[in-house]
Amino acid sequence: MSILEKLQLLGQFGFELLANLGRSGLFLANLLIRKPQFKKSFPLLVEQLYFIGVLSLAIIVLSGLFIGLVVGLQGYNTLNKFGASQQLGQLVALSVVRELGPVVTALLFAGRAGSALTAEIGLMKSTEQLASMEMMGVDPLWRVISPRFWGGFISMPLLMIIFSVVAIWGGYLVGVVWLGVNSGIFWSAMQSAVNFHDDIVNGIIKSIVFGSVVTWIAVFQGYNTVPTAQGIGRATTHTVVYSSLAVLGLDFVLTAVMMGGW
Amino acid sequence: MRERIIEILVGFFMLFGILALLVLAFKVSGLTSAVDANGYNITAVFDNVGGLKIRSPVSLAGVHIGEVSAIKLDNVQYKALVTMKIDSKYKKLPVDTSASILTQGLLGANYISLTPGFAHTFLNNNGTVQDTHPALILEDLIGQLVFSLKNPGGKK
Repeated sequence: MSILEKLQLLGQFGFELLANLGRSGLFLANLLIRKPQFKKSFPLLVEQLYFIGVLSLAIIVLSGLFIGLVVGLQGYNTLNKFGASQQLGQLVALSVVRELGPVVTALLFAGRAGSALTAEIGLMKSTEQLASMEMMGVDPLWRVISPRFWGGFISMPLLMIIFSVVAIWGGYLVGVVWLGVNSGIFWSAMQSAVNFHDDIVNGIIKSIVFGSVVTWIAVFQGYNTVPTAQGIGRATTHTVVYSSLAVLGLDFVLTAVMMGGW
Repeated sequence: MRERIIEILVGFFMLFGILALLVLAFKVSGLTSAVDANGYNITAVFDNVGGLKIRSPVSLAGVHIGEVSAIKLDNVQYKALVTMKIDSKYKKLPVDTSASILTQGLLGANYISLTPGFAHTFLNNNGTVQDTHPALILEDLIGQLVFSLKNPGGKK
């Protein structure tokens, strides 16, 4: 293979990437810019909130609890070396609200809800349900995609908030109940360190961004899947891989922006 | 029927999320200030406030009675003008109360400690604490110590 051919392959790859980006951008724009029909779409949205939000609750609560327990235990052992174990509340709350809450929730969300969305929409496409909807004059973007997107958009911050509260409670359990840090100092150190706007609101903004990116990737991969069994499998894998990478990369960018005093 | 159950569960989910947000706001970040709305303000002028911040606690005999509500620079004297909001339960602070900036533990946060005087008149709203002690800056102390160790018995 000559160098020119390799260059050509690279060019092809670039074009493909660009085309995919453009297609997904148009897809998102089509999804967002449309006349709202609140009355008709509300029941669809509720159903998706149930599948995306309520059914993810168990895994979110359980992993939140264990992450809180581990952070509490690790933090206590390290802080104790400096005789600063009273600061445990601050350590747990800040690390959970700022970083672990949004990021871990988004990763779990991509694995639990994102992959399911892609597989569902992909199967609908390969069994030509989407095409038959169009034949009946029902817009599949409105009927299938839009409620799923908004469901993910709304569920994600709620899940992140629940995750954070459960994780902080886990830290409290290890630090105060088990290892005997003073309860009053635990909470007051936390309250003096955590700022509502800088920490909690920014964490929620992060999780809103992650939620929309993850669901966007999931519904686009499903809608754009190659309609074969192999294609659905590949699309599901792509959803999990791309959304995990997007979450971790965006987390760095958002943190840098927020630390810059935004 | 199934629709109804789903809607109820989603309602629970939303409610749960909002409750959790309230826990984050009030229990974790302490958005509510401990001082009630009809507390009163007193001011004090310090040479140096060190690491004192807005919402740092104000205590008397170790009891939390209020918090710092504003820190400004007095442009004439080049000193820090600190406004404290004191809970309305503690109305009777003598006028000769003194204020000092202390540190919680060796590396902890700064707070203001009030020491009551003996006068029979009391500070009212926007009253000024006259007797103040600035924050101890650890680096300055170490600098002085090193200096005095280098010149033992030397002239000042």
